[in-house]
Amino acid sequence: MSYPTHIKIIRVPCTGKVDILHILHAFEKGADGVYAVGCMEGDCHYDNGNFRARKRIEQAKKILDAVGVGGERAAMFNMASSEGPRFAEVAIEMVEKIKQLGPNPIKFKKVRAA
Amino acid sequence: MIVADKKPIEEIIEDIKPYERILILGCNECVTVCEAGGKKEVGILASALRMYFLSQGRDVTIDEKTLERQCDHEYLEELRADIDKYDAVVSLACGVGVQFMAETYFTTPVFPGVNTCFMGVTEERGRWSERCQGCGQCILSRTGGICPVSRCAKRLMNGPCGGSSNGKCEINKEVICAWQLIIERLKALGKMETYEVLSPIKDWSTDRAGGPRKVVREDVQP
Repeated sequence: MSYPTHIKIIRVPCTGKVDILHILHAFEKGADGVYAVGCMEGDCHYDNGNFRARKRIEQAKKILDAVGVGGERAAMFNMASSEGPRFAEVAIEMVEKIKQLGPNPIKFKKVRAA
Repeated sequence: MIVADKKPIEEIIEDIKPYERILILGCNECVTVCEAGGKKEVGILASALRMYFLSQGRDVTIDEKTLERQCDHEYLEELRADIDKYDAVVSLACGVGVQFMAETYFTTPVFPGVNTCFMGVTEERGRWSERCQGCGQCILSRTGGICPVSRCAKRLMNGPCGGSSNGKCEINKEVICAWQLIIERLKALGKMETYEVLSPIKDWSTDRAGGPRKVVREDVQP
């Protein structure tokens, strides 16, 4: 079982820790896509961390759409910690999706603007 | 506190498009509590705007700063040394802060980053509601601590109108009749006799009807 090497994993104690600023700053710094992987809904160790993360991802999507980066580059997935194959599946799915979308549109313009 | 709501980012972009050096200025008071214009929201808006201008291939400086308050000279003065670095400011303070900022820095364009809504309370996180309209002549002592000026659609002073049905207002079934609340509270306080006392015609000259208002207190003036 393996997943694409394009992905950089940032560990957080709970997806509830994922702030909208973390997501936006990642895109600002040139990330092509960002997704949060939380526990199954209803199974959060901290009650509602994964619901909070989902809301923040939704909020980030709207902002990314408004500023021309594209909300489809952000996503949220839920799975149990024992679901290794599902983790790999989602990683492949996300990488494929981002490859189709192409690079983050601000990445190259950043170099040009500077 | 003064409650504000987020302004659509598209609207803000439209205002600041022509500028090259922009300061996003938050306020640490009311708009921080109602999560519309504090340090956090400044960060979100600034990040979004940086991405927008980059997506347009433009090198625009977007800086972030949050003042303790924007409705007092002493805090606005903190910007004095830096204001010339910017050719526009987006203020995430309430309308009061935006205007005071504009008065203080007369030649710098200042744009509102939030929609200022009302004076109200936090019912729960993410849910705010109006409680005061600043009419300038408080009558809460007579109405069981519930304001018919801000909470009754008709601002009635002597009991409910005919549109009050099952304790709800006729304008919207979600809105509780202010007089229903007043009567319930007066009963709980054992002060229903207050309800029988007719309120005289209210002097609205202290409200907005008298034009822009001012409070002058010589006792505290320097």
